[in-house]
Amino acid sequence: MELTELIIKGILIVVLFGVTLLIAMYSTWAERKVAGFIQDRFGPNRAGPGGIFQPLADAGKMFFKEDFIPSQANKWLFILGPCLAILTALMSSAVIPFGESIRYEDLLIPVQGVEINIGILYVFGVVSLGVYGLMVGGWASNNKFSLLGAIRAASQNISYEIGFGLSIIAILMMTGSLSIRAIVEQQHGFAWNLFNQPLGFIIFLTCAFAECNRTPFDLPECETELVGGYHTEYSSMKLGFYLFAEYINMFVSSAIIASLYFGGYNYPGMDWVRETLTGSLGAATGHNLATLVGTIVLFGKIFFFIFFFMWVRWTLPRFRYDQLMNLGWKTFIPLSILNVVVTGFGLLYDVKYASWAIVIVMVIMAMVSSARAPKPAVQPQRT
Amino acid sequence: MQLTNRSKEVSNKEMTMAEKMYLPAIVQGLAITIKHFFAKKVTIPYPEVKRYLGPVFRGHHILKRDEEGRERCTACGLCAVACPAEAISMVAAERKKGEENLYREEKYAAVYEINMLRCIFCGLCEEACPKQAVYLRHDKLVPIFTERDQVVYGKEELVEKMSDRYIRTNPDAQATPTEPSFSRSVS
Amino acid sequence: MKPTEILFYALTAITLLSASFVVTARNPIHSVLALILTFFCLSGHYILLNAQFLAAVNIIVYAGAIMVLFLFVIMFLNMKTEDEEAKTTITKLAAVVVGGVLLVVMVAVFRAASMATYNPSTYSAKVGLVENLGLVLYRDYLLPFELASVLLLVAMVGAVMLGKREPGDRHF
Repeated sequence: MELTELIIKGILIVVLFGVTLLIAMYSTWAERKVAGFIQDRFGPNRAGPGGIFQPLADAGKMFFKEDFIPSQANKWLFILGPCLAILTALMSSAVIPFGESIRYEDLLIPVQGVEINIGILYVFGVVSLGVYGLMVGGWASNNKFSLLGAIRAASQNISYEIGFGLSIIAILMMTGSLSIRAIVEQQHGFAWNLFNQPLGFIIFLTCAFAECNRTPFDLPECETELVGGYHTEYSSMKLGFYLFAEYINMFVSSAIIASLYFGGYNYPGMDWVRETLTGSLGAATGHNLATLVGTIVLFGKIFFFIFFFMWVRWTLPRFRYDQLMNLGWKTFIPLSILNVVVTGFGLLYDVKYASWAIVIVMVIMAMVSSARAPKPAVQPQRT
Repeated sequence: MQLTNRSKEVSNKEMTMAEKMYLPAIVQGLAITIKHFFAKKVTIPYPEVKRYLGPVFRGHHILKRDEEGRERCTACGLCAVACPAEAISMVAAERKKGEENLYREEKYAAVYEINMLRCIFCGLCEEACPKQAVYLRHDKLVPIFTERDQVVYGKEELVEKMSDRYIRTNPDAQATPTEPSFSRSVS
Repeated sequence: MKPTEILFYALTAITLLSASFVVTARNPIHSVLALILTFFCLSGHYILLNAQFLAAVNIIVYAGAIMVLFLFVIMFLNMKTEDEEAKTTITKLAAVVVGGVLLVVMVAVFRAASMATYNPSTYSAKVGLVENLGLVLYRDYLLPFELASVLLLVAMVGAVMLGKREPGDRHF
């Protein structure tokens, strides 16, 4: 590898890392702002215009609070927990393609931390490790509620990883590659996977919510039952790391949803934009500008999904634990296996939109069943 | 007994398939929240925007002077008796010769104190006063205090300044409307 | 020394250290965490061999799922008090004998095994990547692969049968 390429790559990685942190930081602000707006309030608006410096104030507060370690806690594991959580969260954004490529003289450098041909498996591996942060922290606190939260987190993550993985298999079958860049490149223009895999998208989205421990699946930190869940005993920046890891995970999941199902940096009319820009501004500048437009489009999609995460959080109440497990094991796993089978048939007989068949059948079944249901005759409540 | 038309009878009937799929209900809920997202906010960001207080608002107390600038209060103590929170205390004194331009009656309040931590702004002192000396201003709030020694307001703060006389703009004002108006006139 | 060699020796050292910590640690949780670290280092070795798929699957399956379940179960057991009953002399002796026999077997196997070599001129760097692995699994070793999957399926059905609550069982 040449030196210039290395330098550009290094700058790129630093920038992507910084952007990840910045977005996670401002997600905390956006979360409170969105919550406020949905509840007919303004949200934080004191620190700077529109409360824009709120994350800095929060970080300052977090750093200066007392860093407390319970006397009976396992000290090293107690410290290891939040470190693991934030480490695994930060690792996963390395393989996401944030744009096409940067052209420097004759070099073409992809806008991506690192391109490996098993990108999606890497993300899976890192996500499945994320649960150790919660488990180790929850156990080391030496607190029953923390332990219960940790155990909930572990069983929930394991359960939803299966649905998560199976829902992607359909996409992998259609693409024939495990590399996220290859998957994104195949959705060139407007051929987004969403239109081929509606069911897979819904399953993936829901499982992403569960993997991030976001409402309606935030049982590991369920206040009403478990005080604070796995981070009951945490304070100061250790707690900050746990919360921060959640927001980084949210950003990464949004980026992956956007890449896998919403075409990543692809948008309709991208070829026209590229040709016009390279035609009018020269090969290198035009190419880089077109890449920048694609990256901005991708970030637009990511921000929409981050907003969606928050929107859902302030809309839906929490699931009960048995409902959560039933949904994961008895609904999503069979549905995603069905989706894989139907997609396989579609590939075999060259029917591109085969997966819609399941959706249509489900809609028809729902309509028939609500038509056949007895009219809402009011029954007195049984005790 | 039916109180509103919006009450729903609870029933534990079997859910239909559409209800079991959750998704229609989730979409419905998301639609409701996004409607609120764009709705007008009811919060009034206080120090920058002040709420319209209305002509009968009961705010900062004031001890009135008459047209010639003499204090109206005669230290009869009826306000202190009427006060349900026992916030008012006073010390009476006799008017000396040569003080006729300061005090209207022969007896006056040498000390008149209102404890603003106790006061509940009910306006009963205003009702009780036979000399129309004490009023609760409709246009001014008691300012925020942070120290205990700022709590008790003496005559310094209470007696009306002749340069800045308080006139209740609408003495015939009707009672406060039940639904407070959110008009944001900066007072 | 080339950078890869340095990496290899460092990884090997960490692997051996953490693996021995798995056996010597008094706290079972520490033991499990050390085992996870060992799996990580093994994945590092796979990556050095350019077998990225195997590395990722090793992390997902072993570190990500199986060890989580291990940790899960151990957290449920109250291991605070030293369980002296389980550590009688006979148990210790049996453990030493079993471990020793295993060591002897492995040494014997490695002595007898012929190390595969490769020809640098014809060697393709893509041999460990997922395409080649898939071709090998589904073309040359299709029957063993499918048999293994059937075995796993049977084990899964068995686990479900064991875990299923029968009508008279206590509900807890």
